[in-house]
Amino acid sequence: MVRLWGDMGAAFNEMQLPDGSYRPHYARYAEWLAEQAEERLSRKRAEADSLFHRVGITFAIDGEHEGMERLIPFDVMPRVVPIDEWRALEKGLKQRVRALNAFIHDIYHEQDILRAKRVPAEQVLGNAQYRPEMQGIEVPGGIYAHVAGIDVVRSDSGGFHVLEDNLRVPSGVSYMLENRKMMMRLFPELFARHSIAPVEQYPDQLLENLRSVAPIGVDAPTVVLLTPGAQNSAYFEHAFLAQQMGIELVEGQDLFVHDDAVYMRTTRGPRRVDVIYRRLDDDFLDPLAFRPDSMLGVPGLLSVYRAGRVTVANAIGTGVADDKSIYPYVPDMIRFYLGEEPLIANVPTWILRRPDDCEYVLANLAKLVVKEVHGAGGYGMLIGPAATRAELDEFRARIRARPESYVAQPTIALSTCPTFVEASLAPRHVDLRPFVLSGADITIVPGGLTRVALREGSLVVNSSQGGGTKDTWVLNT
Amino acid sequence: MLSRTADHLYWMSRSIERAENLARMLDARYRHELLPHAPEVLVRDWEAMLNALGLLSAYESKHGAIEPRAAFEFLCFDREHAGSIVSVLRQARENARAVRGSITSEMWETINATWLEARRYRAGSTEGGVGDFLEWVKDRSNLWRGVTLGTMLRDEAFRFTRIGTFLERADATARMLLARLPSSIEPPSVDAASADLNAWTILLRSLSAFEVYRKVYRDAVTPWRVTELLVLHAELPRSLRRSMNELHSGLAAVANEQSRETERRAGELQAQLHFGRLDDLTRTGTQRFLVSFLARLNDLADRIAQDFLVPVGE
Repeated sequence: MVRLWGDMGAAFNEMQLPDGSYRPHYARYAEWLAEQAEERLSRKRAEADSLFHRVGITFAIDGEHEGMERLIPFDVMPRVVPIDEWRALEKGLKQRVRALNAFIHDIYHEQDILRAKRVPAEQVLGNAQYRPEMQGIEVPGGIYAHVAGIDVVRSDSGGFHVLEDNLRVPSGVSYMLENRKMMMRLFPELFARHSIAPVEQYPDQLLENLRSVAPIGVDAPTVVLLTPGAQNSAYFEHAFLAQQMGIELVEGQDLFVHDDAVYMRTTRGPRRVDVIYRRLDDDFLDPLAFRPDSMLGVPGLLSVYRAGRVTVANAIGTGVADDKSIYPYVPDMIRFYLGEEPLIANVPTWILRRPDDCEYVLANLAKLVVKEVHGAGGYGMLIGPAATRAELDEFRARIRARPESYVAQPTIALSTCPTFVEASLAPRHVDLRPFVLSGADITIVPGGLTRVALREGSLVVNSSQGGGTKDTWVLNT
Repeated sequence: MLSRTADHLYWMSRSIERAENLARMLDARYRHELLPHAPEVLVRDWEAMLNALGLLSAYESKHGAIEPRAAFEFLCFDREHAGSIVSVLRQARENARAVRGSITSEMWETINATWLEARRYRAGSTEGGVGDFLEWVKDRSNLWRGVTLGTMLRDEAFRFTRIGTFLERADATARMLLARLPSSIEPPSVDAASADLNAWTILLRSLSAFEVYRKVYRDAVTPWRVTELLVLHAELPRSLRRSMNELHSGLAAVANEQSRETERRAGELQAQLHFGRLDDLTRTGTQRFLVSFLARLNDLADRIAQDFLVPVGE
């Protein structure tokens, strides 16, 4: 029999109540777990590792030499979300993404929200992610963030909060799909015992959305996925999605611009491309418009895009809405564009360019989390309670030098979920990244990617910092 | 299909086929060396083989004098040069990884698992010696071929995969045959070329053609008949004629506006093997015939790259 142990203090436990009994949506799973020998779970875990290696579900870490890909640790314990909780979350996510798309459209057109002074204009127009090239450009359906990864966490109160919006090239969806496949392979009996909402329809929905945003007048659009190449850390996902959707996986060198249209080089000559699902940052898309040293992009792409003769998804310039300096204003965007109250709260955030906020943060640094506004992947971050005195001093100096580059948040005790660690099962902190697709409609595949901080006590779930993943079940009861 | 994709598919299958043929060549050598030999003959044979592979100077700068054990390990496990079996398997895997969306997941898993396992082999790491490793390489190639034929859609991607396979195979069979001929002055007839019938039997075995030979000829092994079988037999999977048939029909299936001349040249070579007789083809010597065959194959490879794949220097 499998024993649970460990204590994460005040954090919300996804599986158990404080008295040790199980939450109703975990009841059947707990029954099953009690029947399992610990040795069987260890064996299943080893089996999963060897399958992932064999299938090559790996990511390359920058700077490591070729062929040396790593696995993202996969945990065999699922994260379970009951259906009613999911429905509420889904509603809130759709609301948020609708507002974010409206915001980006507004920023590149009338800029009503800036004139109404609900978001400071210099925060937007002075942002490195703001692309003046997009000003006044019409994009099909007015959609900018076709694919959004919204990171949500559960605090000690049990409520969900949005931690971060990812509107540029969010990744991780392939792990959501592969984790499910793996769980069905390892534990088919669990799927017979539970009614788990399927996720396999994601690639179809994505393709349908991408087709729906083709340039006007194109009936049977050719959609391609643009990858930076096999050296990119998310290359597996790019190849996987292209294959699942049945579209070409292209690199910049495969595309060229001719007569105001984008073509790909094929064995039968040039072929017109209508929609580019790009997994490449704005900066690298077009060396003529952005970084001239980029070898990954397509010279002339921006001008074709501006002329409306090719669709790029996500649109160019979405980064202006997912920057950490803009994040605190998202609840206000929801009120401004939709006239609604936000259904999912933000994590309270101090904006250090405001002198009062800055003063408070400097005085309470050891209790807070400080984030660099343009940082990503868990880099450039200070976790006050875990920091040494020297680290605190160093960050204090950095904040004083450039307060506008930082925001701060209270340390949230992310909820925990039982996780198979070396010794046994123990609670580890988790977050959740649902993938929100915007086309004619907004759709979300039930669940998303649960990331787990494998080190005891750690709150950092990023895969580049030792995080793992779990299958996420939305459970019909 | 993307030209770059076709390029990776072509090189993926060429690399797998090359690994298999290297294993077949080394297997032939391995069996050959179990027979009694004068040491200087062994050294000469190894020199010829390393030279044919373009690896003689790389070997000599690393190991100096020819020593069979070192030569085997150099061609099997050495990852410092691109010509060893392990390096070739790595190239196959890198090419497959670049187009994993265009091949079936079974193909990818087979090629990836092969590479992961190949990395674990080290010189002296197998109990059965190098023979076990060579068997394993052939097994993996057989598995990959079965998976390819059993799972892949017969589309353009499949054609380029096959084109790579048969170009490489024709090249390897011609080279193995060439290596069996005496390197001295051209003899008057093939029958007189060698008295070493054992060596010809080993050649047949290493091309999985020994049983076929018995079935076709029901007679003793002679160099002339072996040559005829390996060059002209229509149904032998590794014969030059069979490989050229596959190559030509593959090129016809993927033809584009600029590939007519390539297709014509492949057809011309195929027709010669189809309608030719061995004594006509080898009138000026078997060796000369094979050398010219290899040159024409090389010309086809260049033209295929130019017509369909990623043109060099673009």
